[in-house]
Amino acid sequence: MKYTLREQISHFLVQYAVPIIFVLLSVFAIPLSRFSTQYLVQEMVARLARDSFLVLSLLIPIMAGMGLNFGMVLGAMAGEIGLIFITDWNVMGIQGMLLAMIISTPLAIFLGWMCGVILNKAKGREMVTSFILGFFMNGVYQLVVLYGFGNIIPIKNPALVLSRGFGIRNVTNLAGIRHCLDDLFSFNVMGITIPAATFLVIGAFCLFITWFSRTKLGQDMRAVGQDQEVSDSTGIPVERTRIISIVISTVLACYGQIIFLQNIGTMNTYNSHEQAGMFAIASLLVGGASVSRATIPNVFLGVILFHLMFVVSPMAGKYLIGEAQLGEFFRVFVSYGVIAIALVLYSWRRHKERERARRSLRGAA
Amino acid sequence: MEGHELLRMEGVGKSYFGNRVLSNVNFTLKKGQILGLVGENGAGKSTLMNILFGMPVIQETGGYEGKIFIDGNEVSFASPFEALEAGVGMVHQEFSLIPGFTAAENIVLNRESTKYNILVEAFGDRLKTLDRRKIRQRAEKAIETLNVDLHPDMSVSEMPVGHKQFTEIAREIDKERTRLLVLDEPTAVLTETEAAILLKSMKKLAGLGISIIFISHRLQEILDVCDTIIVLRDGEVVREFEPEKTDLMSIASAMVGRSIQGQSRRTQEDADRTSGDVVLTVEHLWVDMPGETVRDVNLEIHRGEIFGIGGLAGQGKLGIGNGIMGLYASGGTVTFDGRNVPLNDPMAPMSMGIAAVSEDRRGVGLLLEEPISWNIIFTTLQVQNRYLRPILGGLVRIRDAAAIRECAKHYIQALEIKCVSERQRVVELSGGNQQKICLAKAFALEPKLLFVAEPTRGIDVGAKKVVLDTLREYNRKNGTTIVMISSELEELRSICDRIAIVDEGRVAGILPATEPSTEFGLLMLGKVEKTRERVTA
Repeated sequence: MKYTLREQISHFLVQYAVPIIFVLLSVFAIPLSRFSTQYLVQEMVARLARDSFLVLSLLIPIMAGMGLNFGMVLGAMAGEIGLIFITDWNVMGIQGMLLAMIISTPLAIFLGWMCGVILNKAKGREMVTSFILGFFMNGVYQLVVLYGFGNIIPIKNPALVLSRGFGIRNVTNLAGIRHCLDDLFSFNVMGITIPAATFLVIGAFCLFITWFSRTKLGQDMRAVGQDQEVSDSTGIPVERTRIISIVISTVLACYGQIIFLQNIGTMNTYNSHEQAGMFAIASLLVGGASVSRATIPNVFLGVILFHLMFVVSPMAGKYLIGEAQLGEFFRVFVSYGVIAIALVLYSWRRHKERERARRSLRGAA
Repeated sequence: MEGHELLRMEGVGKSYFGNRVLSNVNFTLKKGQILGLVGENGAGKSTLMNILFGMPVIQETGGYEGKIFIDGNEVSFASPFEALEAGVGMVHQEFSLIPGFTAAENIVLNRESTKYNILVEAFGDRLKTLDRRKIRQRAEKAIETLNVDLHPDMSVSEMPVGHKQFTEIAREIDKERTRLLVLDEPTAVLTETEAAILLKSMKKLAGLGISIIFISHRLQEILDVCDTIIVLRDGEVVREFEPEKTDLMSIASAMVGRSIQGQSRRTQEDADRTSGDVVLTVEHLWVDMPGETVRDVNLEIHRGEIFGIGGLAGQGKLGIGNGIMGLYASGGTVTFDGRNVPLNDPMAPMSMGIAAVSEDRRGVGLLLEEPISWNIIFTTLQVQNRYLRPILGGLVRIRDAAAIRECAKHYIQALEIKCVSERQRVVELSGGNQQKICLAKAFALEPKLLFVAEPTRGIDVGAKKVVLDTLREYNRKNGTTIVMISSELEELRSICDRIAIVDEGRVAGILPATEPSTEFGLLMLGKVEKTRERVTA
């Protein structure tokens, strides 16, 4: 079927509405913020290294048709528990980070499996289910970390524990592994530090996703993602495939959170994971991904655009209205707003496309 | 190997919950032969194929009677996968394709060629990478066997319907075991040229030794390609034809001719009726109802008549009523009593005095969890603001419970609705009584024109007669024009004055109900219309 130029342009605008809005906002806000180019580039490089892995972990469930995996916070929690242990044991540097990953992997697999089983019982409502599941597990996490650690699970390091003798403090200092991956191998280009080791890990991950989509399992996931009934009728184990996709995503989110926190250097024990999920999903959507389709370029574009807004808006707000608070407000507004917009756009777009597909069936009247 | 017997059915029968849908079906199919299976909707074709293919629905409802032999060995498939194992391939009416995949990917779906890599040792076979080159080769080979013009890299979502059909068949061919191919209405969605290509491919496949069961409503195609033709009617094999020794007419009459039981009969008085002026004009109506697309319908309905709309399922007859009532996106011109009826606005036709009884009794027609009385007055209350009384000096209006009860009691008595009281919940009633409530709901609107869709679907014989008699009586007494839409031709013929037959979203012809049923049968099978405007998706 042929479409006119007008139709093509409007199709493009609808398809990329969110990134276009963000590019326009950035063009407007960057000069206002009075940041130097070098500062912004350095920030973006640092944030790409910090956040990309987390965002990439969202891709596989989207491939399997399960939408945005809000359940990735489960993985983030698993990663944080690993980090608490290595901090307590005082294992430092890259070894510490690897040990944290090893400790948290079985936990992440278990949580991912649980999440996958539950989502299989809520087909078609995966996103809202995983979202609420995140809240629920947050409660369990708090119970374990606030009461279990120091009580049932021994914690030796008094600096970690609240003064009452059990429970982990609000802020966990990760000085032992701070920047251990970033600084493993990095170099300077025109005064900008590039954490090459982290980018190597991210690059390897991208290769993994590309390779994975070419395996039989990847093909099955794409099939299940597009039509569960057809996949089932050809003998693809639909439910198992869906669980695997969530498990992979959860484990990767766990690693992503560890990479993220080694860059930050301190851990907000009870909040870090919540933000991780929200910001990763918002970034992906800003990059032009939808609930049903996301690519690796979407990830990087999204991280850059979203964090550019993040860095620039408080200062822009300050210089424009004399109120840095406005930018802060804008951050929160943007991250929730963009998710809401993307979800609405998605169903609206799907409706439009169905209508367009059905139009051909109508008579010449 | 020619002439070797591949499939034999002996005394196959099936009933769902005491309702017999298939009885004593016997036939044999030889290797490399094409068997044509024809029959009206509900004649038992799908049930027969479901039995052959081991669909779970058969087992869940108590299995089937009789025996099926493949290569002389008795088989009984518990699942479609067992049937596939044994070499039975089936192409269903609904496509089972993954829209975002290419033709090649769909052809090899879940049977992809793969390559080994080291990770397989740790994580199992599903981590093998796909061998794209080999997949393409296999797809090309299957397409070549079919001898159709189909590009393996074309995405299914961008294909015309015909190509989707070819992709499905190519998938069955790619399965090396396939020896028996069941094609369920494969040509229904194809253009003339595509259908011709498919028929040629079928002959080629038969030449390669694959047996085919071909289900179609287009009798000419059946006559063209089949070696044997079986006609099913009401679950029984009524005739077996050889194409050389028969013609369209005899097949068509075997299909539709049936004895009438428990239905209301026409009387002399009916035949002498004369109808009034034109009350409803429909011009170039299209309706985008999923599964019942109406493409271009023109009708004139006269005041006071009972007008029937018939046709096979999925041809668009249901779409006409639903479109005019504003339930689905539609276009065209509809004029009622000289006034234009705005489309896509359910309130408009109702406020003009048009009412409808939906074919979806439990979904659209009734509020199942609510009492009978509410169901009967609900639409009237909404549309005409009746059964309300003002309180607080007209500031607020509340339901007038007494009037509602009176009205409900009146209809319960008039239509002989079997219930405990008017407060009983509708969900507790039988299908026939639920249907009567739907009628009462429409009557309560006191309509000038009434659409009734599939009024006897899923209700027993006795209730059918009551429903039809009620409609006829209402028409005679109040002079209400009734448009009745039904898949059952004999039912239409028993109470309608004129009947339109809808085929592929268009009116194939309008005949007086007194014409013999074969004439209607031919219209349904698309034999009368010479030129058919083709639709590409």
